[in-house]
Amino acid sequence: MEQRGVAEVETPACCSAAVTDPALASLATLFTGPGAHRGKPLYLHTSPEFAMKRLLAAGSGPIYQICKVFRDGEAGRYHNPEFTLLEWYRPGYDVHRLMDELSALVRCVVAKPLTEHRLSYQALFAKHLGIDPHTATPGALRQCAIERGVASAEALQMADSDSWLDLLLTHCIEPQLGPDMLLVYDYPASQASLAQIKPGKIPLAERFELYLNGVELANGFHELADAGEQRQRFQQDLAKRGRENLPVVPLDERFLAALAAGLPDCSGVALGIDRLLMCIVEADHIDQVLSFPIDRA
Amino acid sequence: MASYSTNEFKGGLKIMLDGDPCSIIENEFVKPGKGQAFSRVKIRNLKTGRVIERTFRSGETVEAADVMEVALQYLYNDGEFWHFMDQQSFEQFSADVNAVGESQKWLKDQDVCMVTLWNGTPLSVDAPNFVVLTITETDPGLKGDTSGGGGKPATLETGAVVRVPLFVQSGEMIKIDTRKGEYVSRAKEG
Repeated sequence: MEQRGVAEVETPACCSAAVTDPALASLATLFTGPGAHRGKPLYLHTSPEFAMKRLLAAGSGPIYQICKVFRDGEAGRYHNPEFTLLEWYRPGYDVHRLMDELSALVRCVVAKPLTEHRLSYQALFAKHLGIDPHTATPGALRQCAIERGVASAEALQMADSDSWLDLLLTHCIEPQLGPDMLLVYDYPASQASLAQIKPGKIPLAERFELYLNGVELANGFHELADAGEQRQRFQQDLAKRGRENLPVVPLDERFLAALAAGLPDCSGVALGIDRLLMCIVEADHIDQVLSFPIDRA
Repeated sequence: MASYSTNEFKGGLKIMLDGDPCSIIENEFVKPGKGQAFSRVKIRNLKTGRVIERTFRSGETVEAADVMEVALQYLYNDGEFWHFMDQQSFEQFSADVNAVGESQKWLKDQDVCMVTLWNGTPLSVDAPNFVVLTITETDPGLKGDTSGGGGKPATLETGAVVRVPLFVQSGEMIKIDTRKGEYVSRAKEG
């Protein structure tokens, strides 16, 4: 990062606002002390994204951070509720240029030669399942899951396409991916998260992911810079949280103010360091690359 | 009715699925970074013994199964049911042929077995790992043969047939490993 002129930064792990994405759950704590007699709720960041974008809007230029992040509800073979991310932002980069840099970084730390493939989300589903993720109905996706032998898929109560796409991706596609490096891009607009959406007959999210050994290692965006659209997405997330009885968290107004002040056109990516280590040392459980996993934390 | 969320899933948890009591063998948490989380679960149906897989959305709940394992003393067989007793409470339980299964070959009165109860009814019976049974019938072996090689069939007091060494005779008591259905050694009285 130093060679490439990307500056290291540090941002708070405890934040007064939280991520709104209904698929991410924040751990929360309470600060009690001067100025917070009754206790001020603080949310442990699920990624340093909002704070780093505030630095970008303040004119930081390219920045990176390696930090612990926290996600409630996640524990398993590839998940520990506390884990390490390397996240970086590149003003002036589009997703393909950032994918090049991500690929170069992974090659630099993985000692063996890697074959690389790049596929759009649509091509990935066409190749492995023969369906079009952008046009298939929830019913067709459900039928595909049943035909592909996802155990008890017929009993799953899921109304939206994205949940079925997630099921097919994790249960039917990821196990087929093999050892090569795979970069997937052009996600459905409904899975844009904080990515810009390219308008078109089928609008696409400028989002990408990196897989190695069939394991999701990194997620990146051409970052949404429009404060109005960002607020709208936050509010949609909160409405969904309300419908699903998930905690309704405070919006990050400082982040929204930073976008309103002007975020430079940029792309950013977050890379899971623990999973990268798993790939390098060929570990088959994340516990093997942690000093003390959650059960013994 | 008690229920469990997917967050409570772990090996050994007893749940109801499609009306049958089941035991969780293993539970895998699967989640894309920005998407729906699932539990991919391997489950043993305690009635049939079959292992099946199930996929749940994280946070779904399933009904708990009232299943417990207790040590019960075997009393007798009345031709249809095998009767057992809790040695503390003296409560009696009757198990049908489905529950007793292969274990019936090894059951001798007064032996203590692990019995899996579902809603208070025996679902399965595990014979003790080692039992001592009397040979009721076997061909006379060659005198002086202590090699143990070869062997011959012997019928036991419970009706089970095992292979024993040639030197073992009718009327003797032998120790059996019920998990393999194999002769271990000669045994003393009691």
